[in-house]
Amino acid sequence: MKIAHHLDDATLVGFAAGTLAPAHSIVASAHMALCPQCRATLHKAEAIGGGILADQAPTAVSQTLRAATLASLEGLPVSAPKKPSAPLKAGALPDVLVRALGVTSLDQIKWHRKLPGVAIYDVPLPKGTKAKLKLLALEKGRAMPDHGHGGEELTLVLKGSYSDKFGKFTAGDVADLAEDVEHQPIVDSDETCICLISFDVPAKFKSIWARLAQPFSGM
Amino acid sequence: MLMPLVNMTDPSATTSGQRNDIYAVLLHRVAQSRDRLAFAELFDHFAPRVKSFMMRKGCNAEQAEDLVQEAMIAVWTKAALFSTDRGSVSTWIFTIARNLWIDRLRREKSQLYTDLEDFDAPDGATGAEENLGRSQEDNYVAQALEQIPVEQRELLILSFVEDVPQSEIAQRLNIPLGTVKSRMRLGYQRMRKLLETVT
Repeated sequence: MKIAHHLDDATLVGFAAGTLAPAHSIVASAHMALCPQCRATLHKAEAIGGGILADQAPTAVSQTLRAATLASLEGLPVSAPKKPSAPLKAGALPDVLVRALGVTSLDQIKWHRKLPGVAIYDVPLPKGTKAKLKLLALEKGRAMPDHGHGGEELTLVLKGSYSDKFGKFTAGDVADLAEDVEHQPIVDSDETCICLISFDVPAKFKSIWARLAQPFSGM
Repeated sequence: MLMPLVNMTDPSATTSGQRNDIYAVLLHRVAQSRDRLAFAELFDHFAPRVKSFMMRKGCNAEQAEDLVQEAMIAVWTKAALFSTDRGSVSTWIFTIARNLWIDRLRREKSQLYTDLEDFDAPDGATGAEENLGRSQEDNYVAQALEQIPVEQRELLILSFVEDVPQSEIAQRLNIPLGTVKSRMRLGYQRMRKLLETVT
C-alpha cells in the first residue's frame, strides 16, 4: 500500500504524549497501522517523552513499594520475544478498527442512509468524549464533508478514493489539515468510497448531514 | 557471574551516555535471564522518576506509587519486547507509563498503542547486543528543550507532562488551534534537528 498523505507532526506529537481525544486516536492509530513512515515519526516523538521522563528529579518511593514490587515478580508470566506483525493486506481492517467498529470487514457495517449516494455509521465511543467518530460511504461524485469547523478533523480513506486540491486520497491516506483550509474533496472512484472521520464538535456545529447535503457550498 | 553494572566507584560509568547504555544492558539481562539484580537497579533508577512524572500529571503520592508499581512490573514482564530500534529504555518506560495512565484515568484503551508496537517488534535479524550502544538521546532531550523557543517548549511540556490536549492549550493560552499546531510542529522539528546533530 502506497501512502501519499500522512499525519501532521503536531498530531503525532499529541498521539505520542497521549493527549489526542479517543476518536482522533483511533483514526491516527488506524493510519499508522498502515504507515511505517508515521510510525517512525511517532517513535521519534516518543523519545521527547522518554527524555523528559529521564530528566525528572527523582521522588523517593517507599521501601514497602520496592519490597512489594520485587516480591511480586515471583512466578509472573513474562512475554516471549515477538516477531514483527506482517504488514496488513490490502483491504484488511487494522485491529484497532475491528475493535472500534465491532466487525471484521466493512461489508458487515449496518449503514444508515438518509441521502442518495450517502451512508453513515456512527461509531460508538466511551461517554464523555467530545470528538465524534463516523464512517462514511459515498458514491462517485459526492463531496466529502469539509474541514473548517473550528476543531480537529481527521479523515482516513479505507476504500475507494477522493480528490481535492491536495491531490488524490486512496486507501490508507489520511487528511490532517489545518482548520482554516478550504477545499472540496469529491469522490472519484467507481467503487463506493469509505472513509473514517473524527471531528471535534464545536459550539456552532453543523450536523454532518447538513454538510453532506450541501456538497458544493465550500463551507 | 553477574555484577551490578551501575558501579558508582567507576567514574567512567557516570557520564550520561554510558549510563543510558547501561540501562539497555540491564534490561537485556532481565529479558535473557530474569536477572533480579538488574531489575532492582532499573527499579532504583526509574521508579522515582516515574513517580515524579505521575505526580506532575496530578496523581497524589499513593496513586503515583500504584502506577509506578504497575509500570515496573510491566518492565519485568515485557522486557523481551523492548527494542532499541524504537528508542531508549527511558522512552520505552515512558510509553509504558503513558499507556497505564491512559488506561487508568481515561476510558480510552491504550491497545491503540500496543497494536502499533507489534508492527515494529524487535526483528530477530538485528541482535540486541549490536543495538545496545544506540540511543543517547535521553541525555540530550533536556538540553535540546532549553535551546528551542520558550513558546515551543511550553507546548511540549504541557503535552508530555501535564497531559493537556492541543485544543485545551489553545483555550488556555487564548491562541488559535492552528497556532498551537504550528508551534508544536516547529518545536518537534527543531528538537529532531538538535537531537540528530548530537546522536
